Amino acid sequence: MDQTTTLNKKYTSSLSDKEDSSNLLIQSRKLKDRLFKIAAMVFSFITIGMVFLIIGSLLAKGLRQINWAFFTQVAPDTFSAMMAKSSGQVIPGGIVNGILGSIYLVALASAMAVPFGILIGVYVYENSKKRYAAIIRDIADILQGVPSIVIGIIAYIWIVVPLTKGYSVFAGSVALAIMMLPLIVRSTEESLKMVPETLKEAAIALGAPYYKVILRVLIPSSFSGLMGGILLAISRVLGETAPLMLTTLGNPQVNWHIEKPISAVPLLIWQFYNDPNMVDLIWSSAVFLMGFVLILNLTSRWICARKKI
Amino acid sequence: MFILSLGIREQYEISLLQLILMQVNSDKILKRVLFAASLVILLIAAAMIFSLFKGSLPSISRFGWGFLFSPEWDPTQGREHYGALLFIVGTLLTSIVALIIALPLAFFTSLFVAEYFRGTKIAAIVSTLVDLLAGIPSIIYGLWGFYMLRPFIVSLGLSPQGFGVLTSALVLAIMVVPYATSLSNNTIMMVPNELKEAAYSLGATRLEVIRNVILPSARSGMAASYILAFGRAIGETLAVTMLIGNENIIPKGLCSTGNTMASVIANQFGEASGLQLSSLIEIGLLLFVITTLINAAGKYIIKKIA
Amino acid sequence: MCQEKNITDKQFFNKYSNMTEMNDKKDDSILSIERLSIRYSDDKLAVKDVSAKVKKKTITAIMGPSGCGKTTLLRAINRMHELYPDIHTEGKIMLGDENIYEMSTINLRRRIGMVFQRPNPFPTMSIYDNVIAGYKLNGIHLKRSERDEIVERSLKNVALWDEVKDSLHSRGNFLSGGQQQRLCVARTLAFKPKIILLDEPTSALDPISTAKIEDLLVELKQEYTIILVTHNMSQAARISDNAMFMYLGELVEYDSTKDMFTNPRDPRTEAYLTGKFG
Repeated sequence: MDQTTTLNKKYTSSLSDKEDSSNLLIQSRKLKDRLFKIAAMVFSFITIGMVFLIIGSLLAKGLRQINWAFFTQVAPDTFSAMMAKSSGQVIPGGIVNGILGSIYLVALASAMAVPFGILIGVYVYENSKKRYAAIIRDIADILQGVPSIVIGIIAYIWIVVPLTKGYSVFAGSVALAIMMLPLIVRSTEESLKMVPETLKEAAIALGAPYYKVILRVLIPSSFSGLMGGILLAISRVLGETAPLMLTTLGNPQVNWHIEKPISAVPLLIWQFYNDPNMVDLIWSSAVFLMGFVLILNLTSRWICARKKI
Repeated sequence: MFILSLGIREQYEISLLQLILMQVNSDKILKRVLFAASLVILLIAAAMIFSLFKGSLPSISRFGWGFLFSPEWDPTQGREHYGALLFIVGTLLTSIVALIIALPLAFFTSLFVAEYFRGTKIAAIVSTLVDLLAGIPSIIYGLWGFYMLRPFIVSLGLSPQGFGVLTSALVLAIMVVPYATSLSNNTIMMVPNELKEAAYSLGATRLEVIRNVILPSARSGMAASYILAFGRAIGETLAVTMLIGNENIIPKGLCSTGNTMASVIANQFGEASGLQLSSLIEIGLLLFVITTLINAAGKYIIKKIA
Repeated sequence: MCQEKNITDKQFFNKYSNMTEMNDKKDDSILSIERLSIRYSDDKLAVKDVSAKVKKKTITAIMGPSGCGKTTLLRAINRMHELYPDIHTEGKIMLGDENIYEMSTINLRRRIGMVFQRPNPFPTMSIYDNVIAGYKLNGIHLKRSERDEIVERSLKNVALWDEVKDSLHSRGNFLSGGQQQRLCVARTLAFKPKIILLDEPTSALDPISTAKIEDLLVELKQEYTIILVTHNMSQAARISDNAMFMYLGELVEYDSTKDMFTNPRDPRTEAYLTGKFG
């Protein structure tokens, strides 16, 4: 019982008996603390500032040019654009070929990627303990990290050269589908994981066969998460330019043939950028693209956050 | 649930044997379908590697390893010679500078959202806004950089036309900040409250808690997030293409122009053929390998902490 | 007891607090809580007008059912409750002749240390560094010899020295829950605080480790004043000299443990002690 007291008598260190840290030391520590917090706020402010700067300046320049024609007419050719410019008129035309082209491409890509993506996601979810599933998951992640231009090269090699012998919608959508696939796989798996285990058990206890458990319980419960993931994937590929440059390049007219080239909004922007006569059209198209993509992005986020059955 | 029980009651009209058979079959079919689907992704990955390789073969067989170290890029007929060194240097330079610029931004923004103002509305707003940055398409970044950033750089006198490594790196930095912050945020928030309380109870200031408790615990996660951000920067095409100046030279400094692997492909692929095309594909293969390695490294670190 | 049922709580409260003062012939109290009230932003009073004096070198147990405010009260003593927003404090706590609410928290926490419910040694630091973590965090530079001395003393005080002296610089992943908790106590002792606060320190530990920690506390009481929150009545009975019983934020009864357990004055205390509510 007396051990502690005798032990402590041995130690002569007086430092820890010193009452307080010197005031100076405390003040300097508090100052450093305050400065660091200020630095955090400043840098965050700069980061946010960039968001407003970029989105804001684009909106400022582009909103003016959006009108009904924007959505209904095809992009002007460079000649008529030049004429309009030299006479001081607003460049005629719009980007409807781009808008419809983008829709076509993304719809086709989704038709390819979504079913496979969900199936693979379900597989990985159901077999998550197996080594093979882990490998699949890793491969999906790797695929997600592949630069979009490399995917463009792949689609070129696979489709443009052998199949359609030229730029085509199909090539473009294959490229986009490859980009969407890993996103959908991952988001499907994550959404399924959020369905409480008890729901699944209840269904199984009722004697429901495996496929019914998936179709009737798991998928409906995770539906919002699945939709959110799909929307997110769509918003990602809508803005992609690089893979399309190598696979479908563009088309001044609206086209519905799958083996012919087609335009897309980002491609049109690229086209306008490269043509000195059409530069004015850039801003409205950019605003449209950016606005659409961001709205999709936010919507998908909102959907995912909403229902968590 | 209602539908399920309806179904089962209906099924009970059939004999029990049939019921079992049906279940076994449909389950098996489903499992096979799922497995087959999983093979698709394997096939895609394998086929990608295969195609990239096959497409690069002419270039590989012609230039061998020297391709990686040769700064020449000469498409003139008769004396074609291609080498990737220019572009490798350009890519690494822009990405590293971008990461250096992005690091303080991402680091402090993470601390803001995950520690200082954690759980508050303002943190949620900041977090969403930063994530918006990730949603902006890269061509839009290129446009902004070209029309708004470039004149600014010119007015600072840093470069005659405003193109170059610095301009590209600045835009790249903004593009990768969201990738760096999102993972860092999670890691910082995972540091258990009790550790922080222990430090506070010993008289530490907030900064001291951050430095001595949060950062040591969150270190690996943050490193992984920066690595992943780096991988993203390396693969970025459009924005860099529009800002780097597209000169086939090794950039001499921050304000000099150059070219990156992704941008040379974007620029020349459309009109290339033969050996040039094959060399471009080989550069694509290089890009694939580099980004895969970087992402794998990042994932490995994340797995280790989990 | 019967006649006291007829008085109101307030009168009763005043009556007993007089009694407590009567017991302190000479003022050997080290901490004086004076009319402390703590309120959350929604006007819920977590701690209602508590006054008490804690005697030097004793073990004081704070008991009560869940939600009675005992942890809030404990944390108010080293101002840890201020870490969370929307908390309002009224009243004062005097440490000696200083009001802790007017002291710098940095100095306060050097004089009043805390051990938490779940052992929380810093996982990225070695055992050695964990013990002197307090100094490191406060930016105090010590000579190597001073550090060694503090580490050895603190670890010996918690009877952990022999078990870890050969692996001081490893991370201590091999330490059991009980050992980790002793390490946390050692970490607090490194500052030689006047008071050690413990928030249910053994609730996460197995019975053997619990016994060891209890023995440790009894031994430490020779040098330190100990205040511990416990939901385990038998623990309070075993080791504490004085006990506070709290209910719904009020300090219902504060007396020597022996007296409170054998002869509780308030019907609520009696109900709690006999297990009528938990």
